[in-house]
Amino acid sequence: MATHAGGLTATAREASAAVRIEGLVRAFGTRTVLDGLDLTLRPGEFVAMLGRSGSGKSTLLRALAGLDHETGGEGELSAPDHVSVVFQDARLLPWKRVLANVTLGLTGTDAGERARTALDEVGLAGREDAWPVELSGGEQQRVSLARSLVREPELLLADEPFGALDALTRGRMHTLLARLYERHRPAVLLVTHDVDEAIALADRVVVLDGGRIAADLAVELPAPRRHGTPEYAALRTRLLARLGVDGPDHL
Amino acid sequence: MSTDVTGERLSLVKTAPAAPASPAARRERTRRRLGPGRPIPYGRALGPVLLLAIWSGGSATGLIDARNLSAPWTVVATAGDLIADGRLQTNVWTSAELAVSGLAYGVAAGLVLALIAGLSRLGEGVIDGPVQIKRGIPTLALIPLLILWFGIGESMKVITIALSAFVPVYIHTHNGLRTIDARYVELAETLGLSRPRFLLHIVLPGALPGFLLGMRFAVTAAWLALAVVEQVNATSGIGYMTGLARTYGQTDIIIVGLVVYGLLGLLSDGLVRLVERKVLSWRRTLAD
Repeated sequence: MATHAGGLTATAREASAAVRIEGLVRAFGTRTVLDGLDLTLRPGEFVAMLGRSGSGKSTLLRALAGLDHETGGEGELSAPDHVSVVFQDARLLPWKRVLANVTLGLTGTDAGERARTALDEVGLAGREDAWPVELSGGEQQRVSLARSLVREPELLLADEPFGALDALTRGRMHTLLARLYERHRPAVLLVTHDVDEAIALADRVVVLDGGRIAADLAVELPAPRRHGTPEYAALRTRLLARLGVDGPDHL
Repeated sequence: MSTDVTGERLSLVKTAPAAPASPAARRERTRRRLGPGRPIPYGRALGPVLLLAIWSGGSATGLIDARNLSAPWTVVATAGDLIADGRLQTNVWTSAELAVSGLAYGVAAGLVLALIAGLSRLGEGVIDGPVQIKRGIPTLALIPLLILWFGIGESMKVITIALSAFVPVYIHTHNGLRTIDARYVELAETLGLSRPRFLLHIVLPGALPGFLLGMRFAVTAAWLALAVVEQVNATSGIGYMTGLARTYGQTDIIIVGLVVYGLLGLLSDGLVRLVERKVLSWRRTLAD
């Protein structure tokens, strides 16, 4: 188990949890962003996290990724050793071709072969030698997904990964992510501001508010999850209410 | 009014009074162009050709005194003579050797110091201040001191050229290192890159555009420093050749020397730009 910065002790109390967070506090100066947050993810569980902007979604994700070097805080946090992050921007190195971007940091003689397989999985076979600037936004994000999954993570952290994509591309990316999740089964924490994205993909939706988990709802809709069903609408309304939006018409 | 104007309609318009046709005509007229317009073929050669024409005309009509400025054809003939007896080649070779060795030392020093300053806080504290101070002092102003320290031999000349070339390489490489996107550093952390791999895959490629820009300035600075130090105690070189020509009032040889300096400058800048194009092919900029 990895120990993250900020004077936290990371202990594996429970082997059956991929992520265990207890009483996590994170503050920037005098502003407390996370205020005693508790959250547990089971291995292979897909959790979507909703929250208004400034609610601390990204702060929590950065804490889990071990990227909060300079942030003051306390609490207990344990995360697996193999954590991959998908950022909102694809964050490909512009000076490396697609394949080299995926193999970045991989070791072993089969790194290239594994990267090719991962690119094939995201539908980019044959684009290995392209430069990142030659790809569309959706393709870049698919390379980024391939780079995350080729590491076989136990936990995949995604920070609004499809937020910058157009609606059509986003829909295709949802299908792709769902398929990749079925195949690799990492625990996933997907930060999003899109209620429909959360319902479409996750087993569980949590709402972050005031530095704590304000709501924790299981999504028990049969697949495929369609907009029109009354169950879908009911869940959507409840989540929107938790986000401080009164009803679907309010949007 | 429709745009498919048939012959019949045309004749109709022709015979009709001018008033109804004019609004349509006004609409069809394009807006006044505010940009500089379409490029002229070989437009960039226009200025130099014009200068050459004035020079030739002036020399032919006797408006330009040959003692002040030799005629273009005299310069060409002199260049031919200098090449034929091998003097030009020897002198160019001496100058190029000096410039290249000074440039090599300067670039190496600039690169190493920029890496140390860019990658460690301690290095930055120790190195950056003195370099910024050095930057404020023109290298050519240091020549008297360098002569006192190193004499008037080759080493003083190489050191002067190296000092000139070192500053731009340091400044631009250091800037390149400092402005590497923090998002890539974050990415490297999440991918668990080791420090050597981080340097190899992210820091060095990220600083490469800055380094190459510094190289372009360094090459120019090296030729400038060369032209000055060549005037000191030389027995060969382009500067020696033109200095000697000044003593005898041979403006044609001086012009040949200037042309050679110009060609060497353009050639070396072109070389760096070629390398830039090859190495930075991942960039799709407006210039391409």
